[in-house]
Amino acid sequence: MAGLIDLRDIFFVEADELLSALEEGLRAIQTGAHDTDTVNAVFRAVHSIKGGAGAFDLKALVGFAHRFETVLDALRAGKLQPEPALLGGLLHASDHLADMISAARQGNATDPEHDERVIAALEQHAGGGGSKEEEAFVFEPLALDGPFGIDAVRLPLPSGTRDVTLTFRPHAGAFASGHDPCLLLRDLCADDPAEVCLDQSALPDANSFDPGQSYLGWKVILQTERTDPQLLAIFEFIDGICDLTIASAAPPIPDVAASLPPPSSPPLAPVPSAPPIPANTAPAQTSAPPAAAVSPAAGTGPRPTIRVDIDRVDRLVDILGELVIHQAMLTEAIEQSPGFGSVEVDRSLDQLRQLSRQIQESVMAIRAQPVKPLFDRMHRIVREASMAAGKAARLVTEGEATEVDKTIIERLADPLTHMIRNAVDHGLEKPSRRTDLGKPSEGVIKLAAAHRSGRIVITVQDDGAGIDREKVRQIAIDKGLVAASAELTPQEIDALLFLPGFSTATEVSALSGRGVGMDVVRSEIAGLGGRVGITSVRGLGTTLTISLPLTLAVLDGMVFVAAGQTLVLPVSAIIETLRPEPGMRHSLGQADSVLDVRGRCMPLIDVGMALGFRRSLQPGEGEIVVVVERGDDGAIALMVDGIRDQRQVVIKGLEANYGQIPGIAAATVLGDGSVALILDPTDLAASGQSPSRPVSPLAAE
Amino acid sequence: MRATGSATDPNVRELVAFRTARQDFCVDILSVREIRGWSRPALLPHAPHYVQGVINLRGAVVPILDLARRLGLEPIEDTDRNVIIVAAIQNRIVGLLVEAVTDILTVPSSGVQPTPDLASETTRNMLRGVVVQDSRLIRLLDVGQLLPQDVEPAA
Repeated sequence: MAGLIDLRDIFFVEADELLSALEEGLRAIQTGAHDTDTVNAVFRAVHSIKGGAGAFDLKALVGFAHRFETVLDALRAGKLQPEPALLGGLLHASDHLADMISAARQGNATDPEHDERVIAALEQHAGGGGSKEEEAFVFEPLALDGPFGIDAVRLPLPSGTRDVTLTFRPHAGAFASGHDPCLLLRDLCADDPAEVCLDQSALPDANSFDPGQSYLGWKVILQTERTDPQLLAIFEFIDGICDLTIASAAPPIPDVAASLPPPSSPPLAPVPSAPPIPANTAPAQTSAPPAAAVSPAAGTGPRPTIRVDIDRVDRLVDILGELVIHQAMLTEAIEQSPGFGSVEVDRSLDQLRQLSRQIQESVMAIRAQPVKPLFDRMHRIVREASMAAGKAARLVTEGEATEVDKTIIERLADPLTHMIRNAVDHGLEKPSRRTDLGKPSEGVIKLAAAHRSGRIVITVQDDGAGIDREKVRQIAIDKGLVAASAELTPQEIDALLFLPGFSTATEVSALSGRGVGMDVVRSEIAGLGGRVGITSVRGLGTTLTISLPLTLAVLDGMVFVAAGQTLVLPVSAIIETLRPEPGMRHSLGQADSVLDVRGRCMPLIDVGMALGFRRSLQPGEGEIVVVVERGDDGAIALMVDGIRDQRQVVIKGLEANYGQIPGIAAATVLGDGSVALILDPTDLAASGQSPSRPVSPLAAE
Repeated sequence: MRATGSATDPNVRELVAFRTARQDFCVDILSVREIRGWSRPALLPHAPHYVQGVINLRGAVVPILDLARRLGLEPIEDTDRNVIIVAAIQNRIVGLLVEAVTDILTVPSSGVQPTPDLASETTRNMLRGVVVQDSRLIRLLDVGQLLPQDVEPAA
């Protein structure tokens, strides 16, 4: 039975993906995108969940999904309009569907009465009860071989399918401007059965072959519902630098099953020597038995995925780091050996370098994931929190494509949930109060992610009341967290919110206000090696900022020398490097100096001194300045002795065996096998003011 | 040089003996991962005086503790004949810089005597006992004490 259990796992993984597609679609409709594609996508998501649930005999789920689907079908057919009340019902139903699925995953069931209430409420919004034909409940185990990504919805709709023959021949200019025909063909064939033939008739013999020219063309026979303009849109960016023709070959074929296997002999035979080459991602299964109905590639379901233990990936990353280091060592050794200079060796080394970079990128891509799924989950948090608190709130997300290491994403979910709930519960005012203040009654919570100075910065911003500092101070005094006589700056008062046992909510609510929250958030973020900051403007809102270090295993670094030590700066943080004229440097106070770069003044810090490696500068030291950005605060100028190289470096954490060091993000291993520290410029500037902050167990005596 | 001593016999202890600052020390062989030659460490900013820096140990970044300085003994000569004993201490990998590894001792558990009262507080805290062998006094280090206690890994 292990096989069935595996399939169940896959079902739940896919169900999660479908649920997020469902919710995303509903949100899109909510913001006015009432196009057929979006509605269809929503419908398909519910339908696919129903299909999968049917295959695993999850009756309650099938029943719920079926009635849900019926309402969506009416919406799709235009019988219903996406009014706010209906959409609210749909979103609620989608949340409940998610609950049912997670209950089913644990082998439990949700309360049937509750199920009924939710769906009945939806049908109420939809006007009248949904039809309950039982026959649709029956699902054949056929769904299993998809394993359920099969898009059965497409089956009743073959009328729009037609055969299209498309010939495509890029010009040399297309390659010069970086187009990849492979990607275009992949797009073209992504959703439909396709046969792609390579036309290499123009290929000259080897002697007259010019690698700068374009010799290849492709002929694609496609069975698609898409219109010519839709197909042409794929080639929009290559327009004018390729030959492209489109011809609709066959009229719609009435028989569904017969239409699916592509014509046994393509109407236009390819060059005899070139056999038909299946498109990369859409294997045109010419031999697929009609019983299979649709080839897997024809479905619009998620691409096949595998689940891998993160430890295995980590191991791969470690080995890869070793590979990069040894490749650098090999290169250095060969360059220094007397026999160096052979063209073959050079070429092989070049190949090796390219390959290892490609492996690196691929492995990193496995670990790095966009924050989108995490952010998507927060929509529900906002919905539930605002409903429970009797407030109106909307979540706006930004920078969803920002890629973050998978382990970080997983560990961000809890703190982020806390922060969002807090923003709704404590940040936003009640709608009536907002109206009195002249604000829109619906509060906006903005969740944004970005890469900045080689760190990942996530902000949660609300447009609520801001922090009532007097109240915060009073509570802190009442709870004995600070002395009544303490004079606190606004920043210090804001920081009180992160103290354990602090809670400002006058009434304890179900969501937050039990005095756990912000201190937990802070310690969880600290556990990831990050920092949390808070800023607030009275009446305008509060912004919480999480700044996380690089733990993506590789970064582009600039290798430089200061005080005899080899160090690395993240290239992403560097604005420019320069050799300052004497007149650009100005003293400020006793020891500080600033650098005037084209009228912009910035603090000037010697890296060697900031790290405590030297007390003073000798002639010839610190003569090169690297200007780096520093969070929101503008730029700082770092003095270094010399710049060595720019290369990819493998990030090695210092935390495991030593601890955190102010001003240092991590370490790396260079080509000669020695260790170099990676600077964190923002932190360096801050720690420069207090040179000894013992934060490491080894550092604390 | 991976230590796979006869840990099965509870009555016999295998100890790696080494020399630094003209004194003999030893550690339990089970905490020793490997012994390697000296390589120049990268300096760590804001580090205590006994932390020499970090080195690359097959991809892991490992801090190097100068044992003589850690114990408050006179500093050892800075030469590349020194060796690094790589030890696992409470889930951390740490390198101990010493002058030379002398031998591997097999002693019965009864051969380890308690540290004499004469020793100073600091020294006694870091020793588990002493072993007398061939008129040499070999100090058994408590490696766990080399790292300061009750400090959480970096907040």
